[in-house]
Amino acid sequence: MALDLPSLLASLKEHFGDDLLAQTEFRGQHVLRIRSTANLPVLRYLRDEAQFEMLTDVTCVDSLRLPPGMQKEYPERFAVVYQLYSLTHNERLRVKAFVPEEPCEIDSVTPLWEAANWGEREVFDMFGVVFKGHPDLKRILMPDNYTGHPLRKDYPLKGRGERDRFQKYTEMPER
Amino acid sequence: MSQNINQKTGEGGYITTKLQELINWGRRNSLWPLPFGTACCAIEMMATLSSRYDLARFGAEVIRFSPRQSDLMIVSGRVCLKMMPVLIEVYNQMPEPKWCISMGACASTGGVFDTYTMIQGVDQYIPVDVYIPGCPPRPESLIDALMLIQEKIKRGEKQTKLYDRTRHPLDFQPVALVSDAAAGLPQLTGSRQSLPEKDVETQKQNFPAGPLERAVTHVERTLTRGKNGT
Repeated sequence: MALDLPSLLASLKEHFGDDLLAQTEFRGQHVLRIRSTANLPVLRYLRDEAQFEMLTDVTCVDSLRLPPGMQKEYPERFAVVYQLYSLTHNERLRVKAFVPEEPCEIDSVTPLWEAANWGEREVFDMFGVVFKGHPDLKRILMPDNYTGHPLRKDYPLKGRGERDRFQKYTEMPER
Repeated sequence: MSQNINQKTGEGGYITTKLQELINWGRRNSLWPLPFGTACCAIEMMATLSSRYDLARFGAEVIRFSPRQSDLMIVSGRVCLKMMPVLIEVYNQMPEPKWCISMGACASTGGVFDTYTMIQGVDQYIPVDVYIPGCPPRPESLIDALMLIQEKIKRGEKQTKLYDRTRHPLDFQPVALVSDAAAGLPQLTGSRQSLPEKDVETQKQNFPAGPLERAVTHVERTLTRGKNGT
């Protein structure tokens, strides 16, 4: 059973109106661009009404220093990206929710999919996007006492000296 | 076997040696490695240990996954920020005398990973006896390194002993990362609005059409070329 995308879009438009920013297609991949405030209802609708039962990935894009011609594609600095998969229709859908720099937060989708838990933790760790309502929002890749979010574009590639800040051994004096 | 020591004639042959040399002979022929394998170098290390290269020929086949039972640490692979305290802890738990091989480019220098999370050479923090170049090194290189360690033990060289000067080695606790504020680092700033004018101009010059558009055009062109068979 193939997915009837135009009618899905129409019903989404009817339900969510302005929260739906755009819908684009690139080489058969469908992208839905939404406001960050509407991510939970839109995704719940997609899961329950359009049979996108599976969340394959949660990730993020930082669009700082984007070439000027492309900035209109990213109305806000961060885009939290949800990759959805429909087992019923064998279709994939990408949902981009645009998160501003300040306040850098979005609702967690862990009430909808348990699979979002670690993905959101990774996005928080790497980009500093705060997921409201997440059951255990802490770092997953970097050490707990790390400061900063290294995949942000303004984070220096070689770090800020963290890798040189361990206790160093020195030669033991002769006794 | 009823002879006592006074009746020994030496007919069976005997050797004389220094006790320390006897101990070193035993040590160098029964090295028990601790594999600290974190990346692809560990695969080469496993190959070295298994039947084709057979590290058992050098008496070093007894891999111990407990630091308490091993005396040769083979650091094979990348060591990241989160792993370094573990590495120091494990190294400290090994009983003396102990030796360390830094296997491959990543463990020795950080390799190609010159990034925020990679330790640029474990020798900054723990003493290393032998470095193996290569990415990853061949098993022969690891065997060579092991033989160098054996020679080092045979020569009776003093171990490389590097300790924290301020503390007793047994009290050593790896120090975690210092916070940004404590290190005197400025707060991170960065905003789309605050992008300097100069950057915008440079980007306009560098990407007149934008990199994505150019990439897409390139891909389109390639695909069409393939289809038309031109």
